[in-house]
Amino acid sequence: MPRIWKFGDDVDTDQILPGRYAPYMTSEEELARYAFIEHRPEFSQLIQEGDIIVAGENFGCGSSREYAPRALKKCGVAAIVAQSFARIFYRNALNLGIPLFEADIAGQVEDGTEVELDVEGGVLRVGEHKFQLPPPPEFVRQTWATGGIVNYFRQHGHFPS
Amino acid sequence: MAQTLAERIISHAAGRDLHADDMTVVPVSMAMSIDSIAPNVIKILTEDLGADFVFDPQRVALFVDHVAPASNISTADAQVAIRRFVREQSIENFFDVGRGICHQLMIEEGLAQPGEIAMGSDSHSTLYGAIGCFGTGMGATDIALAFATGRTWLRVPRTIKVQLQGALPEWVMAKDLALKLIGDLGADAATYRAVEFHGAEDLSLASRMSLCSMTTELGAKAGMVVPDELTRSLYEVPEWCYPDEDAHYIREIKFDLSALEPQIACPHSVDHVLPISDLDPVKVDQVFIGTCTNGRLEDLRIAARILGGRQIASGVRTLIVPASHRVLEGAIGDGTMAALLGAEATLGTPGCGPCIGRHMGVLGRGEVCLSTANRNFQGRMGSPEAKIYLASPAVAAATALRGRITDPREEQWR
Ligand code: SF4
Repeated sequence: MPRIWKFGDDVDTDQILPGRYAPYMTSEEELARYAFIEHRPEFSQLIQEGDIIVAGENFGCGSSREYAPRALKKCGVAAIVAQSFARIFYRNALNLGIPLFEADIAGQVEDGTEVELDVEGGVLRVGEHKFQLPPPPEFVRQTWATGGIVNYFRQHGHFPS
Repeated sequence: MAQTLAERIISHAAGRDLHADDMTVVPVSMAMSIDSIAPNVIKILTEDLGADFVFDPQRVALFVDHVAPASNISTADAQVAIRRFVREQSIENFFDVGRGICHQLMIEEGLAQPGEIAMGSDSHSTLYGAIGCFGTGMGATDIALAFATGRTWLRVPRTIKVQLQGALPEWVMAKDLALKLIGDLGADAATYRAVEFHGAEDLSLASRMSLCSMTTELGAKAGMVVPDELTRSLYEVPEWCYPDEDAHYIREIKFDLSALEPQIACPHSVDHVLPISDLDPVKVDQVFIGTCTNGRLEDLRIAARILGGRQIASGVRTLIVPASHRVLEGAIGDGTMAALLGAEATLGTPGCGPCIGRHMGVLGRGEVCLSTANRNFQGRMGSPEAKIYLASPAVAAATALRGRITDPREEQWR
């Protein structure tokens, strides 16, 4: 069963993936290993396919490095629910096809609890609790549906509208 | 309907009237990437998108600045691949090791122009707003798509207007203004938004670049100075490249420059800002003067006025990294560099230097650095147990002399 990884406010991309561990400095193959390497070293060892990140405000602030959300995707993160996202992180994650939901639920869930997410319906179940997540705009929905913007572009030959 | 500067520029590119929150796909004038991201951009372009050629080699720029010269085999190999790509694609706007920081060169080389949309695979692409260009940072996939199609998708941002008044006091710089704004408003105050500066007459081009680069730390999509006399003296500004007087702003802020004092961003966030007079004494191990935010001639000159003829405190490593080769030449030409080196500062290759903790001044456990950069996130420059304080070059120079964070107004230097 997937679990929640809980984070606070203003999680910056240097926490998600420090610049020193970029594929440029190391290698693409190692990328997943370095997710939260300094901030939460157990993350990359214990994360399981389908786990979800729940965070506070301004998640992913800082650098434009797409390898930060790419590392999370490679680790198996199935979705991120945060009160708000930094702009470039949001774009990057959307482009990579990682579902992001803007919802303020961090105060109501515990780290490590089991969770069930229905991405299409936007329903998150934590024990008895059911959270209805805000539906994504059409542009975003179309991008998710094809698994990211590159796939969308290859299939349609233009940007989503 | 009346438009902000961001609405104007995006409408012009899209060829139709757009307003805040509209989604659009627009042609971009210039798309750029850097050594640490370009290998991924090239992979997405050629393998994932299956494009053989960039859309228009004239509208693509590549820079080797983040780890320059290469520090290990991985970075060296990546740079070899970038040079090969540049040759194969006949890309002329290529700037190799030592030429300088991407954002500085985008301005110096005229690759960003007023009224244009320029996008970079680096968050501080907001810097081009200094000349009224809609500069914005994006990730590798967006840049690869722009390389392939010459286009990108945008949501037209809402705009925050900042009306500046008065002139900066001596030893107080645009960096202090930027830090004060970030401290007051918070690091996410302008997320998904544009910031539009009015009344910047007292700020030089270099200062405007500093200010606009820092709007990224407010979360902004773009940060622009409305073109004025200075802009027009340097560029051809299209007659439409101005906001309407009755444009709609989601927030309007007035700011009196004459009342400003030097500001310090304390570890580990850029919005953890204190006026220098409220700071408890802080001893430093390293001072770094450079980056796209504060590595220009104006910055080195003010540092040289303080350091010239004096001696840096023992035990303080003072690293000077000019933002570009041209800045370095200027600093050699006018004696600035001699003054800095005479005080026993150390000179690094023009480029990003230790800003991102990859080479040329990585911090060890427990070390403290006063930096003129734009980010002080934990671990940014090396050990997560190191501390980074951000300030202006004037504060940095005074700090290098005393070995502790020092108000440059404490003394009449010269
Ligand atoms: S100087 Fe620092 S902030 Fe500017 S582009 Fe280089 S790494 Fe980024």
